[in-house]
Amino acid sequence: MFSYILKRILAAVATLLIIMAVTFFLMNAIPGNPFLSEKASPHAIELAFKKYGLDKPLIVQFKNYVVNYLRGDLGVSLKMQEGTSVKDIIFNQGKFTRSIKLGLSALALAILVGIPLGCIAAYHRGSWLDGFLRVMTTVGVAVPTFVLATLLLATFAVKLPLLPVKSGELTDFRSYIMPVISLSFYYTCYLAKLTRTSMLDAINQDYIRTARAKGVKTSKLVLKHALRNSLIPVITYLGPVMAGIITGSFVVESTFQIPGLGKYFVQSVMNRDYTIIMATTVILSALVIFMNLVVDIAYKIVDPRITLTSKEG
Amino acid sequence: MAENDRLIEVKDLQVSFFTPAGEVKAVDGISYSLGYNEVMGVVGESGSGKSVEAYSIIGLLQNPGRVVGGSITFEGEDLLAYTPEQMRQFRGNKVSMIFQNPMTCLNPVYTIGNQLMEALTCHDSSISAQDARKRAIEMLELVGINNAEKRIDQYPHEFSGGMRQRAMIAMALICKPKLLIADEPTTALDVTIQAQILELMKKLQQEEQTSIIFITHNLGVVAEICDRVSVMYAGKIVEQGKVNDIFYNPLHPYTKGLLASMPRLDSDGHERLIPIEGTPIDLLNPPKGCNFAPRCKDCRKICLRQKPPFADYGDGHTSACWLHFMEDDGEEASGK
Repeated sequence: MFSYILKRILAAVATLLIIMAVTFFLMNAIPGNPFLSEKASPHAIELAFKKYGLDKPLIVQFKNYVVNYLRGDLGVSLKMQEGTSVKDIIFNQGKFTRSIKLGLSALALAILVGIPLGCIAAYHRGSWLDGFLRVMTTVGVAVPTFVLATLLLATFAVKLPLLPVKSGELTDFRSYIMPVISLSFYYTCYLAKLTRTSMLDAINQDYIRTARAKGVKTSKLVLKHALRNSLIPVITYLGPVMAGIITGSFVVESTFQIPGLGKYFVQSVMNRDYTIIMATTVILSALVIFMNLVVDIAYKIVDPRITLTSKEG
Repeated sequence: MAENDRLIEVKDLQVSFFTPAGEVKAVDGISYSLGYNEVMGVVGESGSGKSVEAYSIIGLLQNPGRVVGGSITFEGEDLLAYTPEQMRQFRGNKVSMIFQNPMTCLNPVYTIGNQLMEALTCHDSSISAQDARKRAIEMLELVGINNAEKRIDQYPHEFSGGMRQRAMIAMALICKPKLLIADEPTTALDVTIQAQILELMKKLQQEEQTSIIFITHNLGVVAEICDRVSVMYAGKIVEQGKVNDIFYNPLHPYTKGLLASMPRLDSDGHERLIPIEGTPIDLLNPPKGCNFAPRCKDCRKICLRQKPPFADYGDGHTSACWLHFMEDDGEEASGK
């Protein structure tokens, strides 16, 4: 297990390096630069280029990035908060924690609601409850986040002013409700559908018949024998879910006006703030890689047939 | 057989599956009884209803299957009147079952020990974890699994097919049931392992005094292990009797056909096997007469019109065929 995790961490470093390279060359391929504006004179731009080392050949610039990152230096913002350290912007202004809090809450909601709903639907297969859940989850995976977020806003903040329109810095519980629901709804529904399918599959397996023949209680049959087996495909899907929820918060952060990392990430691309693009990409990628490692370990815990060491990270 | 010698008595059992196409009479009025410490083989081709009959004893019939008539009495108690909770207590405790495919019958994500101990704890919640574990190890040793102390903590995928079937048998017998239903337990195993498993079942049957209903389509297996045999065809028992009677004096044309289609060790190797022509009937539209009539070489007019009654040849040997009532009217009139 330990050597496996070590191997995965080494692989993660390599992956991050590749991500850095791709991001770096792609962002330099976008026409324009951070200092372009109506007011900027060519001379001023040239000075700024010199100041931040952007006049050097691309390959040298890339090497500087890598060396600085290895030292833990993420550079300074070129435009959005000119001169401020990127590390401060991301970690000390609450952006990272806000996005993570939002993402993890949504993830928890999706898992805690989606999986039980799937079990209930499978257990009551063919009933009106199953039918209702099927319609709801199908609608849920079809409705885009921005539509749902807007609908929630219009209903619960405008028509019935129960919840705040602007969630802002997520200081109280009420401001979490709508963003978390918007962010997790798609995944909740998808997990419910997936759990239902794999649960139905598990319920029809021979080992369930064996357990019934032993005299195992129905509740235990579902919760012990069927659920754990049906979780295997669900966990496989959780990797991409985590990635999607954590990086996909842009729409929700914009709609509910939450100053988080997702929103900042998109703005940094618009502004071509190279250092911030690099930093957010690398941090979010590291997070996704880490989550995938967690998923793989969870996989091993649920299914003893999986051996982690034989797989290359 | 005297009334109190009977462990289980099935009377006129009818099981139907209600499909969109109509009612399928999978088991259509079968009766038999099984004594203590007795092994009965149920033989028949696929779809003859032999597994369905067994599932209705243990209450494992799945929708859309339902018992629609008859009775099943186990030690004087009516099983069909049991509540679901009573049935659950009964399953695995008084009657347990082993299945055809040991590769898929054990839950892959729990250890062998966990699954064995569960069979104990779901009927006796007062048993301590240590005692359950001790008992599970004993059972594994009993079914011939070496190094049971260590293997109890392994997962099914670390066991071979034969080992898994041994573990299944251990699990089925852990509560000391009075009746074991074995649904083709050797079919999925290769021949040498088949022989080992049969040996083991024979040994355990004698040691534990368990009655067995042994479902199979393999007559060789029947000869090996059973005291009595029921031959099923299209949802009905066509012939019943002691093993020797069935093998040396088969009466029903279907039983004769089955025996003729089986290779024999004492043949000179040039005899042809004689297949039973035709295919089983469509149970959605069963014929008015004898179910076997469309495939029977000796089919008479009456066979197509009316179901044959049982002729009793004594010592529990019965056969349902019109031919028995034709050759010698005076004697066969004694048939029911």
